[in-house]
Amino acid sequence: MAKKVTARRAKPVAKKKVTAALPEGASKRKTKPPRAKTAARRSGKAPRAKTAAKSNGLDADMLWSMYRKMVQIRKFEEHVWDVYIRGLMPGLAHLYIGEEAVAVGACAALREDDYITSTHRGHGHCLAKGARLDRMMAEIMGKEAGYCRGKGGSMHIADMSLGNLGANGIVGGGFGVATGAALSAKMRGTDQVSLCFFGDGAANQGILLETGNMAAIWNLPVIYVCENNQYGEHTPSDKVTGSERIVDRAEAMGLAGVRVEGADVMEVYEVVAAAVSRARRGDGATFVEMMTYRFRGHHVGDAATYRTAKELKWWMENRDPINLLGERMIKHGIADRSRLERVDEQVEEEVVEAVEFARNAPLPPAEQAREDVYA
Amino acid sequence: MAEITYREAVIQAMSEEMRRDDAVFLIGEDVGPSGGIFKCSEGLFDEFGAARVIDAPISEAGYIGLSVGAAVTGMRPIAELMFGDFSLLTMDQIVNQAAKIRYMTGGQCRVPLTIRTTMGAGRSSAAQHSQSLHALFAHIPGLKVALPSCPRDAKGLLKTAIRDDNPVLVFEGKMMYNDKGPVPEEEYTIPFGVAEVKRAGDDCTIIAVSSMVGLALEAAQTLSREDEISVEVVDPRTLVPLDEETLVESVRKTGYALIVDEASLRYGVTGELAALVTEAAFDYLDAPVKRIGAANVPIPFSPTLEGAAIPHSETIVDAVRALRGKIRR
Repeated sequence: MAKKVTARRAKPVAKKKVTAALPEGASKRKTKPPRAKTAARRSGKAPRAKTAAKSNGLDADMLWSMYRKMVQIRKFEEHVWDVYIRGLMPGLAHLYIGEEAVAVGACAALREDDYITSTHRGHGHCLAKGARLDRMMAEIMGKEAGYCRGKGGSMHIADMSLGNLGANGIVGGGFGVATGAALSAKMRGTDQVSLCFFGDGAANQGILLETGNMAAIWNLPVIYVCENNQYGEHTPSDKVTGSERIVDRAEAMGLAGVRVEGADVMEVYEVVAAAVSRARRGDGATFVEMMTYRFRGHHVGDAATYRTAKELKWWMENRDPINLLGERMIKHGIADRSRLERVDEQVEEEVVEAVEFARNAPLPPAEQAREDVYA
Repeated sequence: MAEITYREAVIQAMSEEMRRDDAVFLIGEDVGPSGGIFKCSEGLFDEFGAARVIDAPISEAGYIGLSVGAAVTGMRPIAELMFGDFSLLTMDQIVNQAAKIRYMTGGQCRVPLTIRTTMGAGRSSAAQHSQSLHALFAHIPGLKVALPSCPRDAKGLLKTAIRDDNPVLVFEGKMMYNDKGPVPEEEYTIPFGVAEVKRAGDDCTIIAVSSMVGLALEAAQTLSREDEISVEVVDPRTLVPLDEETLVESVRKTGYALIVDEASLRYGVTGELAALVTEAAFDYLDAPVKRIGAANVPIPFSPTLEGAAIPHSETIVDAVRALRGKIRR
């Protein structure tokens, strides 16, 4: 008994490694800047990111496309916030602002016929997988023109035709569906892969062990993408998570694991692309922990009093994925400020149009409440 | 017609459907080479191999979850939950995922998932291996629930479940696996939502499900012989969808209704069906509807205790006599 207590106490000591980049006075735990690539520990046969694209071999079209997509998500979410505050949408809205690089980098590594499952904070995943702004916004406003004809709302957007098997209102609800889609792809003899987005909160759901274990024993083509935004709703992740690094659980399940700087869209892309080709080759599943941060509260209306303004400021100033990519594109002569701004303006117009479309779209007739229960 | 066991009927249904459709596969604990704890998948591994008869780890929530994902992406899984009690480990997957994914996405997908599981006490398996939990699932919109009461129904209903594009729970009565009965030799299915009058009668309707149908038929014989009461036994066969018409028609004809289910009485199937026939046949009833179910206790272990907790054909006989005013209770 006494020995166990000692062992448990020993753990936090190891956690106190803090890097110099911390903002003064901020909580050491939370503001530890996401580890750089060099710190990413790989266990098992974790995929190795190619480094070519990081030098001058950058693919300009791809960077522009990822930049545009991240801006699209950011602006979409800003408008969701606005729509919510103005009382134009019912229900809840969990914004993805700050985490855009994860969805965009990961989905850029997928084909259209690959599967994803998403979370309650899912708008970014859906857009990154190719969803339309107008049908997204219509769904969020509960309109018939929405992806789910108004039956799902913000937390349940799906577009099966694009392989988006749906966002899930249950934390950890996507593990089964995503892993089952991978089993199905394997059984049907396709080379599709399945990518499961989930958060640090979901990492504490027991079904992760069950499904991750099955992915390992059956070598399923699935990529588990843990978006560690460091808070499960209002609770700091490390207060409720026994292992310092969530990715360390991968090895225990028999999965390859890698931890990634989630604000760097290129790194996200490269690591996920390597995991995807590994899965497509039939070499099995990978667990990727993305270190990220949400710039807004758990949902619109959450003042996020459980974290400091200083911490938030640090992340916004140092780890804004859109700024990071923009600066990099400028540095490499791929973009200049005015072109980046033009993209911002174009996207803003597209999102405003989507909001207008959704506002003007009709609500579903009441009798549709009884449709779609059974096939 | 051939006489086969309830177990053989289950195996035949699965093997025929797996031959018919490559998308059908079986997943569950010990369903592979060992043939299952109830021997309900015997021979399937030999015929269809490890790729389609999959031994799952003891991770019920996990493999039901995988089955949901497989179902929405083109496969037709049959997932076996060894004991109905274990379904409680999978509630999020069945209730929040399988039952809702089609509806929440505005009808974008189909969920052709069959979950085979068992129900019923009588084996001294105690409180965690004896429950009859079908009412929990019948309560959930988006699910269908079938309760075969004989080998013919076990095969026909299971084949329909496998071909259905919705999540279906098939509760097999584990005490009936060795029961023999006639089963057509030609290809057949039994549609959902069609009750069967298992025995025609004029004086009292007994609506019973699963193994209670057998007890009701036994009771009907006794009542006919000893009391000259002509009992009609109606088996809904599926709780969702429910053949309300046949149940109500029977009660209108006889004027008396007794509803029998093996599950705990309160808030269960008997209450739902009693409300149904009372609302729809009130003017025809000559006595209040009666219900029989298990005592509201966890199923006990020791045979005397277990026997005291669940319905028997004598219980049914007494209830019909009371209904018909033959005895006072």
